[in-house]
Amino acid sequence: MTLLRTAPPTAIFGMLVLAATLLTGIFAPLVAPYGETEIVGAEYLPWSAEYPLGTDNLGRDMLSRMIYGARNTVGLALLTTGIAFGLGAALGMFAALKGGWVDQILSRAIDVVMAVPPLILALMLLAIIGPSIPNMVGVIAVIYLAPVYRLSRAAAMNVVSLDFVDAAKLRGEGTLWLLRREILPNISSTLVAEAGLRFCFVFLFIAALSFLGIGIQPPTADWGSMVKENATLITFGDVTPLIPAGAIALLTVSINFIADWMLHRASGLKS
Amino acid sequence: MTRLQKLILSRLALGILTLFVVSALMFVGIELLPGDLAQQILGQSATPDTLRAFRAELGLDQPPHTRYLDWLSGVVQGDFGQSLASGRKVSDLLGTRLANTMFLAAYAAVIAVPVAVTLGLLAALWRNSIFDRAANIGALSAISMPEFFVAYLLIMLFSIKFGWFPTLARLDTATGLGDALYVTFLPALTLIMVVIAHMMRMTRAAIINVLASPYIEMARLKGVPRWRVVLKHALPNALAPIINVIALNLAYLIVGVVVVEVVFSYPGLGQLLVDAVASRDFPVVQAVGLFFAGTYILLNVAADILSILSNPRLRHGR
Repeated sequence: MTLLRTAPPTAIFGMLVLAATLLTGIFAPLVAPYGETEIVGAEYLPWSAEYPLGTDNLGRDMLSRMIYGARNTVGLALLTTGIAFGLGAALGMFAALKGGWVDQILSRAIDVVMAVPPLILALMLLAIIGPSIPNMVGVIAVIYLAPVYRLSRAAAMNVVSLDFVDAAKLRGEGTLWLLRREILPNISSTLVAEAGLRFCFVFLFIAALSFLGIGIQPPTADWGSMVKENATLITFGDVTPLIPAGAIALLTVSINFIADWMLHRASGLKS
Repeated sequence: MTRLQKLILSRLALGILTLFVVSALMFVGIELLPGDLAQQILGQSATPDTLRAFRAELGLDQPPHTRYLDWLSGVVQGDFGQSLASGRKVSDLLGTRLANTMFLAAYAAVIAVPVAVTLGLLAALWRNSIFDRAANIGALSAISMPEFFVAYLLIMLFSIKFGWFPTLARLDTATGLGDALYVTFLPALTLIMVVIAHMMRMTRAAIINVLASPYIEMARLKGVPRWRVVLKHALPNALAPIINVIALNLAYLIVGVVVVEVVFSYPGLGQLLVDAVASRDFPVVQAVGLFFAGTYILLNVAADILSILSNPRLRHGR
């Protein structure tokens, strides 16, 4: 609780928004007035008591799709960040521990991934394997694994050369033990500080891909594709399509506020 | 050969090597695909005859390394193959679109870079003032917003509410420069908003970093005014990180252009790439993707080289 009391207003705002989004996502079927893909009326109905945010291009309830979108977009972003972090951190620590040619091969492969702009690489890869949700998660996880790999390798390099790692090696511990019990605990704070920012990137990335029609595919509700599907309304001066776009922006700003505070705290404690 | 020339050459060689690896990656990817590419694209209902014809068209009946070498020798001669969707030559499709994309990115860069550096300098000059805090929060918010949100907000405000600018940025060969600048103002403004925040923050951080050095304290003690300390004493020494971040953001502009082009249906490379990915038009995806990747890599190499050039200690070696 003392932790929360020292938080600046921006961070508290961020945590409130994050909590609200997560709760909405988890309890989506209970909160949403209509089904995710249920067609409830005519197309592009205006806001009313029956349909609080009107209906979309196929006559589905916008509010319900926003609520399910919280579940799909944020859920997939969490999943993707999780995979990228798990694999990236594991490979980074492994490369630092093994050194030599293992490190060389992994690091050069990561260099190639990082040399190409993420969006372009994702588009090229998705053109090969075809756009679908599992493919998208896989491609984005591979792309965002690269920076995590670099970070965890750099952090692990400092730990690998320490005496207690040598002691564990001489004791005859296996690679898995060394990674999990000797290295990971010593670099986890660095990784956690990075996780918030990386989640933001992944979240924005999924939204952008879905907006381009190459990410989350219809009829699944998702904030990025909802903007695209209803974009024509904007030319008539209707703000409805801006709501999912605004939700994306609001959530990313919130997480950035939290991450900023955590980074500030982490650096403040060190000095 | 001096140290610097050696360095530039090695960076360039590395960049070209990366491009080769990326281009080969597409071929390897197609090879690793479960099942056959032709089958995947045409679907289960395709007859054996159409499948065979399609494979021959894509060159899938040949081994992958021959295909890659064929493609590569074509690229060296400026021939990127034919679009699967329209049958037109890819190089014809690229021509005007390439110029359009470059125009948009340059338009945004010419405005964004000076504004961002000035704002960063001012934020460093008035550190911890209201202006600095507001700029910081504004920058953090701008970084967090998806490009299409910024774009639609601008459309909502400037084209729907005030009716100053068109909602779509359609260009053709007959459009003059003045008209082109007017029509593409909103897409350019979107890109500017997206890149300015990062550049500003980094400029501020670089200057503040230098402001902690003893020679800055010396300058202050001898009574140099604050703006002069920042401009004459701090800026030259903070130039390397600032140049670096500018080059990186120009590289980012090239990528950010994709989403913005789709929002404004601007006839550029980004739109072409997205359409090609959706219809799985591989020759087009490959050519456009490689162009974007190449520009990105080149700008990154330029960032490295320029930041070395701006630092005399690195420039002359030890």
